[in-house]
Amino acid sequence: MSHYEAGDLAKFPGIAKDAPELAKAFFDYYGKVFEEGALTAREKALIALAVAHAVQCPYCIEAYAATTLEQGCSKAEQMEAVHVACAIRGGATLVHGVQMQRHADKLSM
Amino acid sequence: MESSSAEVILEPRPPKLEVAEQLRRLEEASVEAFDAHLRRAGLPALRAEPTTVFQINVGKLCNQTCHHCHVDAGPLKTDENMDWPTFQACLSVIAELKPRTVDITGGAPELNPHFRRFVDEVRRLGVPEVIDRCNLSVLLLDSQRGLAEFLAERRVHIVASLPAVNAAQTDAQRGGGVFDKSLTALKRLNALGYGRPDTGLELTLMSNPSGAFLPPPQSSAEARFRALLRRHHGIEFTRLIELANMPINRFLEYLLASGNHAAYMERLSAAFNPAAVQGLMCRNTLSVGWDGRLYDCDFNQMLELEVAPAESRTIFDYRRELMDGRPVRIANHCLGCTAGQGSSCGGATA
Repeated sequence: MSHYEAGDLAKFPGIAKDAPELAKAFFDYYGKVFEEGALTAREKALIALAVAHAVQCPYCIEAYAATTLEQGCSKAEQMEAVHVACAIRGGATLVHGVQMQRHADKLSM
Repeated sequence: MESSSAEVILEPRPPKLEVAEQLRRLEEASVEAFDAHLRRAGLPALRAEPTTVFQINVGKLCNQTCHHCHVDAGPLKTDENMDWPTFQACLSVIAELKPRTVDITGGAPELNPHFRRFVDEVRRLGVPEVIDRCNLSVLLLDSQRGLAEFLAERRVHIVASLPAVNAAQTDAQRGGGVFDKSLTALKRLNALGYGRPDTGLELTLMSNPSGAFLPPPQSSAEARFRALLRRHHGIEFTRLIELANMPINRFLEYLLASGNHAAYMERLSAAFNPAAVQGLMCRNTLSVGWDGRLYDCDFNQMLELEVAPAESRTIFDYRRELMDGRPVRIANHCLGCTAGQGSSCGGATA
């Protein structure tokens, strides 16, 4: 059994049941974030797709796979966005190597 | 009308889903019925206004076999094509109605042997706008030499299919190699003045999604198509229209085979937009089938949902007094025209 169930995304508004004011504040904010602004809705959808992969949220991955298609993105654009997420995640791991080296150097003769 | 096998894009097709089965699938979809969507939005039942767009589907013959085709058109459809007496009956009604637009579709309408003669006759009647819904690759067929020049000379508005500005999505929907052929044809049309400012030769691009999702916002998609086609291919066009895929015929078969049917119907239902209803094409369109039967739109034509007035169901016994104000025939496929920004043969409606 998977801990993730595809139908759960549709139940997302149900989180309001136990903390309605916080949920309303979040969903209002969420809606505002994705409106056209300095960035287009299309650009925001590609960012969301990349972040969805970085945080490894299966709900968000499916939702923004569809949204980016509905914003007219090609599969090549989608995959390049995933590579951006991968590069930042990978880079973030590697750059910690500097910290590792510094501490290892401190401990070493 | 001859075309060699090397000229056509023929892909293997499963047997067509019968119309009764399609209607059953639409009815059984786990979404609220279309008329209930209208009622919930406080909107009245759809009724036709006087016809301003006279749309003729001249037949199912086509040199392509697109995976989303709502007509189920293809190179083997040599029987279901309009004959000249039916064209003549259309001309009589056009002369009576004086529509703003005569919109010629198919199939590849240019492959009907009477196409050019009909265009000339419509032009003689003084109809302000004549549209040819063109798949672009037809312009490259050996059998169609001079077609682009013919259309330009008659100042026919070309509405050309191009789902995406990349080969992967275009060819996935329309067949291998179609993207490159489309670019070649568009360059030929540009060379004749189509899509160029100040020529008056309108070249509209028409994009359908290449899968089970809704089209992008029309205005931003137009800006992106324009920038990419200009930068990478030197191609110009007048405007872009975005159309949603209707869950009928081949697209329905695709939805069922890919396991997307229920989710797509739910997407259409969730995206129902009351503001898209006012501009629905069924309000001002009369759709004529290859055999002269009459419908409220091209999609109803494919589902064999004939116009409501029983005494005016063919072009041969058309009676205007029965048609203006007629109730529009609806089923759940209509959700495809009211989702999001709306969808019609003229693009977004909201």
